[in-house]
Amino acid sequence: MDEKFIEVKQLYKTFHTKKQDIEVLKGIDLSVGKGDIYGIVGFSGAGKSTLVRCINRLEEPDSGSVRIGDQEITSLGKAQLNKQRRKIGMIFQQFNLFDSMTVAQNIAYPLKMAGASAKEIGARVEEMLALVGLTEKRDAYPGELSGGQKQRVGIARALANQPDVLLSDEATSALDPQTTLSVLDLLKEINQKLGLTIILITHELEVIKYTCHRMAVMEDGKLLEQGLVKDIFQHPQCDTARNFIGVYNKFRSDYWQEEAK
Amino acid sequence: MSLYKYSFWEVLKHAFSAEVWERVVPAISETMYMVAVSAVFVLVFGVLLGLVLVMTSKEGLVPCKSVHTVLSAVINCFRSLPQVIIIIVMLPVARALVGKSYGSNACIISLVASCVPLFARLVESSLLELDKGKIEAAKAMGSGNMRILFQIMVPETMPSLVRAFTNAVVIIISMTALAGSFGAGGIGYIAVTYGYTRFEHDLLFATIIVLIVIVQAVQILGDTISKIILKRRHLI
Repeated sequence: MDEKFIEVKQLYKTFHTKKQDIEVLKGIDLSVGKGDIYGIVGFSGAGKSTLVRCINRLEEPDSGSVRIGDQEITSLGKAQLNKQRRKIGMIFQQFNLFDSMTVAQNIAYPLKMAGASAKEIGARVEEMLALVGLTEKRDAYPGELSGGQKQRVGIARALANQPDVLLSDEATSALDPQTTLSVLDLLKEINQKLGLTIILITHELEVIKYTCHRMAVMEDGKLLEQGLVKDIFQHPQCDTARNFIGVYNKFRSDYWQEEAK
Repeated sequence: MSLYKYSFWEVLKHAFSAEVWERVVPAISETMYMVAVSAVFVLVFGVLLGLVLVMTSKEGLVPCKSVHTVLSAVINCFRSLPQVIIIIVMLPVARALVGKSYGSNACIISLVASCVPLFARLVESSLLELDKGKIEAAKAMGSGNMRILFQIMVPETMPSLVRAFTNAVVIIISMTALAGSFGAGGIGYIAVTYGYTRFEHDLLFATIIVLIVIVQAVQILGDTISKIILKRRHLI
């Protein structure tokens, strides 16, 4: 396994507002192995969303580099970047499906971008629909779908071009627990079936625990701790990780057991 | 028939007589011609300028401060002038372009000059309502700017654009009537010449009825199209 399939080095990003400059990323170093599901957890405002958006350059980093496979993302020109982006799928908290297109058209959109033939598109769309279990909804509009179904379409659309990487930006944060679970199961399934590398941003620790192999804890623009999910859960090193796990355990504690003691 | 001599009901009744409509019907077709041609120009140039405004804005796909500022300022200049003044200002321009400063074609030029900036702003605000996340999703899939513009932004905001265009057409209709008093012909001309100058109030009533009916029809058509699109997308 390629241990450093995705490599982020010394990534810095500052947002300039009229009142002040906000340094969101303060020298991020991160490497993700091929076929890994990598979780990045942090409280709101930690910069995790900015980090993942720097990987496909929806956000331009000020300095530092991002490499995926042999491709240095940060050095690409605009046309090359667009080409490379087709190999990086992304799913979002608000799904961001196109309301003017049917489910099938949504999934076909990235294929059209890549210049696939109508025949290829048709076959690939059917394949994707089957993968996410929405074959019946082929001609439905996103407006007719539930949140979970929308995210499934989002996943199908992100995977249509057979990307090497899937970026998940709080993809389950707007879903109810049951739907969250089914979407996470789907992500695990495609990770195994397709060997897809997934970077998953979330503020829900249980999502990471359920889905990821490795994880990082982010706070105030820095990655404080990285490692196996198991290790961090058992021996959190930094305060933020301990804080997170403390909150997590508090939610899981049963007051009736406390009372019994 | 003047209201000074006859009762309101008699004048109103006469407004529906064949004698009145013989004069009103040709005016309707003149008005329709002006409205239709202007609407096409307004649609094309308004959408174009609206798109440029959105594209070049700070948050846009190709931020370009100089283009945005200049275009925005020019649009504001035109929009700050009342329609009457635009008509007067455009008279020499019309003479230069179509050879005379009166008549339907000359009127179309002032209509376009007045309504393009208005519609451009309406297009701009419709497009700005679009959820930025959708544009980002398209970017993340490697779409170029033109595709994002015409395959995402315009179709996604279509219901809102249709409403905006409906508003623009209603304004074009009312302005056509106004331009009638500056030699443009059409319904406005009838209203001013007969209704105002010659106290033929039956003709005035007829023009009012015609304008109301046309505007209602346009509004209902626009609303219906917009609703059909929304229904199809299951957004209402």
